[in-house]
Amino acid sequence: MRQLVRIASWLYAVLIYGFIFLPVVVLVLFSLQATSFPIPPFTGPSLRWYDAVLSDTRLTSALVNSLLVASISSLAAVTLGFLSAWGFARFVLPGSGLLRGLITLPLTVSYLIIGMGLLVLFNWAGVPKSLLAAGIGHVVINLPLCFAIIYSQMGDHQINIERAARDLGAPEWKVLLLITVPVMTPAIFAGFFLSMTFSWDEFVISFLLTRFDTTLPVEIWNLLRSGLNPKTNAVGSLVFAVSIVLVVFFELTLLRRKPA
Amino acid sequence: MNSAGNNPPPRAGRALPRASSALPWALVTPALGWTLLFFVLPFIAMGFSSLTAHEGGGFTLSNYSQFFTNPSYWQAMVNSLQVTAIVTVISVLLAYPFAWILAEQVPERWQRLALMLAVLPFWTSYVVRSYSWLLVLAQNGVINRALTGSGLFAEPLQLANTRFATVTGFVHFFVMLLTLTIFANLKQLSPSYRKAAADLGAGPVRTFLHVVLPLTLPGIMVGAFLTFVLCIGDYITPQILGGNNELLMPQLVMMQIGRRGDFPLASALSIILMAVVTIAYFACARWLKIERA
Repeated sequence: MRQLVRIASWLYAVLIYGFIFLPVVVLVLFSLQATSFPIPPFTGPSLRWYDAVLSDTRLTSALVNSLLVASISSLAAVTLGFLSAWGFARFVLPGSGLLRGLITLPLTVSYLIIGMGLLVLFNWAGVPKSLLAAGIGHVVINLPLCFAIIYSQMGDHQINIERAARDLGAPEWKVLLLITVPVMTPAIFAGFFLSMTFSWDEFVISFLLTRFDTTLPVEIWNLLRSGLNPKTNAVGSLVFAVSIVLVVFFELTLLRRKPA
Repeated sequence: MNSAGNNPPPRAGRALPRASSALPWALVTPALGWTLLFFVLPFIAMGFSSLTAHEGGGFTLSNYSQFFTNPSYWQAMVNSLQVTAIVTVISVLLAYPFAWILAEQVPERWQRLALMLAVLPFWTSYVVRSYSWLLVLAQNGVINRALTGSGLFAEPLQLANTRFATVTGFVHFFVMLLTLTIFANLKQLSPSYRKAAADLGAGPVRTFLHVVLPLTLPGIMVGAFLTFVLCIGDYITPQILGGNNELLMPQLVMMQIGRRGDFPLASALSIILMAVVTIAYFACARWLKIERA
């Protein structure tokens, strides 16, 4: 009986892993062939389409844009998130629960609706479509995330260290810079890298709020109009690789927290 | 989501040396201001916009009444609800056994790696993931080549640009998401429950049905709700994989902006979509202990 469960489990796990990895394997595999269509049969490895991607200035500038938007908006989100988490965790504020609820509220609304709202507002206020507008949207989706992660990690333990620093005469700004930030580093990094990942992959807000200069997912979307195209495979594989690097960073920062 | 919610403001806060009372507000105001300015205000703007006509003129409810009178709009909502329900049910049914295997059958020291691998493609961008499925499902894609090559089918099947393709793309994503949440749930379960059940004479099957399953049900509900919210609001998967054969709500919203620049109607449709999610939230609020998630 137990043996049977084991075998069935293995089979099932292999099937699900297969299902999960099938599209990724197909994507990467057919990015590596020289023919003009990313379809079977596989005709041997070639980096032709990676060359094509890297010499396509539209794609490379979109890539730079994406990195810029992701890093700046994540920095803003994590800064705002950290300051507010600190404020709410350390001080008793009137209506604190309600205000914290307000900050986390955007988590429950789909990106499409957040993007639509900003589009209507910016259109009405005469703000032109731009990378900045998309970046603002990315802070809206990532701020609640950073806040929730950092706030949940601010326990009594940290409060006591801060109190010790104050007792020893440290002014508030010194407590913040020399105690709180270092102690909270894992949570801050986790928030930052998670935001980077989400911003890097985000499509619909950037699609609605940018026009000529745009981010990589939107540029890939534009490529899709030409149907199945090995160039899309190549750039998709590259995007996947960057995401994996970000996730590994994220995992490492989480792992660093573990022993504490 | 609201992991912030159940932590009461620390009592220690009161014992802090007197900080000037402006400091805490200076800390929280930027975040609150950002949320008000770029989340609440856009929402209000959208509400106002939805009450105007595209052609101009005063306030009108015509955008909302169009939704209820135009059968193709109504159909988009029905399609959305059907696809979302199908996706949620299939994803939970596929993910639960998988999460259980990872948590119970895989040796402890491999679990982290096994889980990380299981959700790796979760981190590719929506666009790339959907495109990858298009490669798999296309007329001359991998599956059709395998089917015709093996002689099982003479003609390639129409897999892409169907509801089947949309559902497959969604299920792929949500199996990973639900595996994560259900795995976390199973691991949180104290082994003593299972030991107690075994001591009382329950076999593994009864233990699972009467102890493990009910105890993980709240986690499943949270995951299922998350699936519902993310699925019903997603534009990319149905647009890339489903094609234009049948429209889902997000596609309908985007169509209003793209072709006609009809912001008022797009706003109204977005608000209706959000209302449906809110209703779903209150319908399952009983099972959703979101603050624990």
